[in-house]
Amino acid sequence: MKTLKELEEIRKRTLETINVRKDRTGTRVVVGMATCGIAAGARPVLMSIMDEVKKNNLADVVVAQTGCIGMCRLEPIVEVYKPGEDKVTYVKVTDAKALRIINEHVMQGKIVEEYTIGAGDK
Amino acid sequence: MKELALHILDLAQNSITANADLVRISVDENLTQDTLTISIEDNGYGMDEKQVDKVKDPFVTSRTSRKVGLGIPLMLAACQRCEGDLRIESQKNVGTKLIATFKHSHIDRAPLGNMTDTMISLIIGAENINFVYIHIINQEEFCFDTREIRQALGEVVPLSEPDVLDWIKSYINEGLSNLRGGVL
Repeated sequence: MKTLKELEEIRKRTLETINVRKDRTGTRVVVGMATCGIAAGARPVLMSIMDEVKKNNLADVVVAQTGCIGMCRLEPIVEVYKPGEDKVTYVKVTDAKALRIINEHVMQGKIVEEYTIGAGDK
Repeated sequence: MKELALHILDLAQNSITANADLVRISVDENLTQDTLTISIEDNGYGMDEKQVDKVKDPFVTSRTSRKVGLGIPLMLAACQRCEGDLRIESQKNVGTKLIATFKHSHIDRAPLGNMTDTMISLIIGAENINFVYIHIINQEEFCFDTREIRQALGEVVPLSEPDVLDWIKSYINEGLSNLRGGVL
């Protein structure tokens, strides 16, 4: 049985890591979550990104959501903003593709070219 | 949309855009009357009568990036093909309530789908907004309220903390599973 008491333990345990997350100097991963994105499968993509961020303990990665950016036929769209680098837009993302984006681009800095908007829209 | 939970995720975003700080989502499954009723209620900007009449038209949207808005028309179509309807009640500066009804056993009714992931997505997407999710099956009720969680967490720890999200996930899964008699 899940109880509110467990939340108090989580609070005590996480107080220290929170400051890292608050700095927000790290990478931002943004998922398009408008009608088009949701219908195309953005929710499982968002869930798999969250799981991967947690699994690898990526405290400086912020996962955010945005609305429709006007390219509905390419949804689900994921944008990666690394500090000091150009934004990278990934299109037609699936949960499996999202795992590679987190592992290779966010963690190792290697852009997954074949999933980017330049390569994906062919 | 493959799941009704995805419609809920989509339509609750309208509430967030309307600057609501409290969004109440309720799913009421009445198997005796064979009805499924989903309501989404917010305390956002609201709309006047004229706007309410127009939002069911797919060529009306408040966004500026495109000229179509499909969230409400898609939900309306989903209701209508299951002998149901979509009602919108709204008052300027008070809020908006959407009530979607379905015949529960209708062959064309999409499954409710994963409400846990829908709630988690909403919570991550709108850090400052409170959500209440009530699920009723034949008068048995499960209630989830982010205000209670915030209270237990204190002011510093956000809901988007991975450990907190995990807790919420298990809490909702457990609550829904209990409602369904141990089956998720």
